[in-house]
Amino acid sequence: MNALNKIFEQQIVVKSSTDNLAEIRDFTKSAAQQCCFDEDSTGKIILAVDEACTNIIKHAYKFTPDGEINISIKFSDGKLSIFITDEGTHFDPTTVPEPDLREYYKQKRVGGLGMFLMKRLMDEVKYGTIAGNKNQVVLIKYLSK
Amino acid sequence: MAEFNVNLRGVGAVSVIDVKGYLDAHTAPELENVFNRLLDQKQYQVVVNFDDLKYISSAGLGVFMAYVETMRENEGDIKFSNMKENVYNIFDLLGFPILYEFFKEENEAIKKFCDSSKF
Repeated sequence: MNALNKIFEQQIVVKSSTDNLAEIRDFTKSAAQQCCFDEDSTGKIILAVDEACTNIIKHAYKFTPDGEINISIKFSDGKLSIFITDEGTHFDPTTVPEPDLREYYKQKRVGGLGMFLMKRLMDEVKYGTIAGNKNQVVLIKYLSK
Repeated sequence: MAEFNVNLRGVGAVSVIDVKGYLDAHTAPELENVFNRLLDQKQYQVVVNFDDLKYISSAGLGVFMAYVETMRENEGDIKFSNMKENVYNIFDLLGFPILYEFFKEENEAIKKFCDSSKF
């Protein structure tokens, strides 16, 4: 069967602790491999999901470990869509500027790099609200690109 | 649970940090502890050896950004060596090569400190 015709769907729900980042990466790696992404793209997808979940743990749940993160991965027509949903504090991505490393250096700033990385690693990154109060980030990667 | 190990050793006046495994938001505090120890000991010349590092996220990169200026203000630096291509690519994506020195081998990075302290 052609890899582009493959249909795939898997979901995981984890608590909002950095303890779970390794499990999140393993889940993402397995999904990307099953959808026939090469090693380089699989690495990019894993890191983008790690960054999205780290941001949720840090900013939406402010390191409280009892929140839930729902990760749903779907693949069809050569398009991998990863839906990451939380019920923490709402986050407005338009308020986060693109990082300038030289400015960061001067100001001894850290953080804000995750969102920038996600945009560079994936083909599309979208932020939204679903079911009234849930935050959702959608990461998209095309197999053919 | 992500596996991460960090080891600190001295090579002459230079402190070498060996990082191993997965450096993410969960494990980055272990690396911060090592940098805090170095600041307590007034050790500002640092080489980070990435030979056994398999993975890094922005939380790991943030640790180097948080400490590098303090090291430089004290005539030191944080230099990187033995980085695998997949790990280097992440540093590169974020523009680190503009502000940091990367070396293929640890001894080249150590030598750079020795050479610059002669002048």
